[in-house]
Amino acid sequence: MAEDLLVSGELKSKIGVELISGEYEIEKGMIQRFVQAVDDPNPLWQDIAPPLFVVVLGFSEFDKQMAKLMGARLHGGTEFEYFKPVRPGDVITASRKIADVREREGKKLGKMAFVTFEITYKNQNGELVAKCRQTAIGYKPHEEKNG
Amino acid sequence: MAKQLYYEDVDEGGDIPPLVKHPTPRQLVMWAGASGDYHEIHYNKEFALSRGLPDIIVHGQLACCFLGQLITDWIGEEGVLKKLSCSYRGMNFPGEDLICQGKVTGKYVEDGGHYIECNIWAGNPQGEKTVLGTAVVMLPARGQGQ
Repeated sequence: MAEDLLVSGELKSKIGVELISGEYEIEKGMIQRFVQAVDDPNPLWQDIAPPLFVVVLGFSEFDKQMAKLMGARLHGGTEFEYFKPVRPGDVITASRKIADVREREGKKLGKMAFVTFEITYKNQNGELVAKCRQTAIGYKPHEEKNG
Repeated sequence: MAKQLYYEDVDEGGDIPPLVKHPTPRQLVMWAGASGDYHEIHYNKEFALSRGLPDIIVHGQLACCFLGQLITDWIGEEGVLKKLSCSYRGMNFPGEDLICQGKVTGKYVEDGGHYIECNIWAGNPQGEKTVLGTAVVMLPARGQGQ
């Protein structure tokens, strides 16, 4: 299904489509797991989350949504904008939508779709804490060419 | 923790103190758990090989967070990371150093805020840049005592 979307250019019609949003209660342990995984011993991260922490919120479900839309894909890039710190006890809502779709012919991978997802993170007071644009590159694995 | 960095301390063309990371398979598993990114190319070598990769590879997003650490280590407690972008251009492998670096490309004052722009990148021991990015930070200025 995802491959058909890529072929027909139908992905383009999905620009602006809102994906499922998620609500996440921030616990100290979540931040500690993140900090330990990055191996970032900065003592500041005892009381506030590192700026990039929010990118992991709901990533696995977001990844499933991308899989459904795009099939095989690579991670192309991340653009992150930070507005307010996130602290334990906050409740963060992540709203995701498809912001852009571009198609391009690649040398190695054949026809590719660059799909940019825009994710907005707000806290329990409705304040914008961060924005993120994630670009995924969809391709058709069977048409992978050598060299 | 490093001492506070001030706007006046930073010159255009200056280098950000490098941060060398040593990702291990264990760290990639920890990242998978913390981030929810369970793609097997990051922890199952057999699977990675079946996908034509020479080994398991470091998550792009983890390398992006290493670049975030490069910046937050540099700007100190009163500095604020405003923007950070990463473009994933190549692969990093566990067991190899992943070197995070950056260079100041500009500085400006806007609405009373003191901002620094930088190019940032991550590289492998062969000197290839595997992640390219930019960052904007806000720093305190001297004599702005609060």
